[in-house]
Amino acid sequence: MEEILRVENLSKRFEDISVINNLSLSVKKGEVVVIVGPSGCGKSTFLRCLNGLEEIEEGEIFLDGEKVSSNKKNMSKTREKIGMVFQSYDLFPHKTILQNITLAPITVKKRKKAEVEEEALKLLDRVGLLSKKDNYPRQLSGGQKQRVAIVRALIMHPEVLLLDEITAALDPEMVREVLDVVLSLAKEGRTMLIVTHEMAFAKAVADRVIFLEGGKIVEEGAPNDFFDNPQTDRLKRFLQTFSYEK
Amino acid sequence: MLDFFKGIFTFWDSKVIIMILEGIRDTLYMTLGSTIVGYLLGLPLGIVLYVTSAKGLRPNPFIYRTGDFICNIIRSIPFLILLILLIPFTRLIVGKSYGSTATIVPLVICAAPYIARVVEASLNEVDTGVIEAAKAMGASNLQIIFKVLLVEAKTSLFTGFTITTGLLLGYSAMSGTVGGGGLGDIAVRYGYYRWKTDIMIVTVVLLIVIFQIIQNLGTYASKRIDHRKH
Repeated sequence: MEEILRVENLSKRFEDISVINNLSLSVKKGEVVVIVGPSGCGKSTFLRCLNGLEEIEEGEIFLDGEKVSSNKKNMSKTREKIGMVFQSYDLFPHKTILQNITLAPITVKKRKKAEVEEEALKLLDRVGLLSKKDNYPRQLSGGQKQRVAIVRALIMHPEVLLLDEITAALDPEMVREVLDVVLSLAKEGRTMLIVTHEMAFAKAVADRVIFLEGGKIVEEGAPNDFFDNPQTDRLKRFLQTFSYEK
Repeated sequence: MLDFFKGIFTFWDSKVIIMILEGIRDTLYMTLGSTIVGYLLGLPLGIVLYVTSAKGLRPNPFIYRTGDFICNIIRSIPFLILLILLIPFTRLIVGKSYGSTATIVPLVICAAPYIARVVEASLNEVDTGVIEAAKAMGASNLQIIFKVLLVEAKTSLFTGFTITTGLLLGYSAMSGTVGGGGLGDIAVRYGYYRWKTDIMIVTVVLLIVIFQIIQNLGTYASKRIDHRKH
C-alpha cells in the first residue's frame, strides 16, 4: 500500500518542556493507527501538529509526498485534506446541525449548497441522526454531538482523519454509538490516526498501535502483539493499569 | 401634591408639547445616529483588536498596542471635556458646533473606542475550540471572522449594542449643556436655568421611558437570537 502521511524527526516544545521528541512515523493509505499513552505524553499535541494547529520546531510532515510543514501559506489547503474531530465536539452552537456540517464545504471548498446538503443528509442518515438536521447542538446528547462532529469532518473528504480522544468526554453509554461509527469508517478503508484511552476499542479498530511516552514512540506493533505480548516494561506497566484482578 | 400636578397641566400649552416632542425626536436622532456611526468605526476596530491580540488569529503586537493605546486615551477623557475639545473638529465636519447633528460627532468619537472594547470582549468570549474546529476545516482567517466568530458572538454583540445605546442616550442628554439639543437640553435650559421643575421632571421621565424601551427591546432580541440555551 502506498504511503499517505510521513512524519520525519518531529519535535515540539512548549517553552522549556519538550512535548514531541524527534518522532518519525509513516502511515499507509487506509491504515488505522491508534496512539495510546499516559496523559501528557504528547498524543494530542502530535495530532495537532499534523494539521498545523500547533507550530512545530523541527522536522517535516509530508502528505501525499508533498511537504506540508514549513508552508504556512498553504496550511489551510493542508487542513482541508486532514480532518480532525476533537474531544469537546466543538460544534458551532448558533448553527443548526445541517449548517454545522455544510459550513466548511460551502465556504471553504466553494461547493454548491444543494449538492453539499444532499451529501450532508446522506451522512447524517448513516450515523442515525437525520431527524436532528434542524436542531441546534444544545438539543443533542454528547454522543450525538460527536457523531455530528465526525460527519462534519467527513464531508470535507479528508485523506486522513485525526480523532483526538473523541470519547473522553462522553458518558459510558454513549461511547459505543460513537465508536461504532469509527469502526465502520475503518472498515471502508479510511486512513485514521486515533488517540484514545479505550483499549478494547483500540484493539478492535487498529491496524497498528503506538505507545507514546515523553514525546517518543516507545513501542509499536499489530494490536494482538501489542496488547497480548508487550515487549517493553513501560508498556507492560501501562497496560496493567487498565486490567483489574481480584 | 395635587397643586403640583395642576401646575404641570396649566403649564402644558401646545408650544411646550411641541418642544418636548421635538426633544424626543432629537434625542432619538442623536442616540441612534451616534450608535450606528459609532459601530461603523468601532466594530472593525474591535475585530482588529481581537485578531491582532497575542492569542488572536493573527497576532501583531504593533497594531494591537497602537489600537489599545488610542482606545484607552479617548476613553479616559471625560465626555464633557471631549465635547469641548472636539468643537473645532465638529465645526470642520458639520459646519457648526451646536445642535443635534453637531453633537453626533463627539458622541461617535466617545463611543467608537468603547464599542471596540465591547466588541473585543464579545469576541473573546467565543469558545477557542470552535475557532480551532473552523481552522481544522481549512477556513481562512476572514472566513473564520465572518462565518464563525461574528455568528457565534452575536448574542453578546447584541447585548453590547444595547448597553452602548443606553450609554449614548445618557451622553446625548449630557451634551445638552453645550447646546446639543434633545431632551437633555430642555431639562437643563428649562429645569435648571429657569426653575421649571415640572418640565425637568417630564423630560427625565421621558428619558427613563426611552431607556427602558431600548433595554427591554435589546434583552428580548438577544434572547430570541440565542441558540445556546432556553
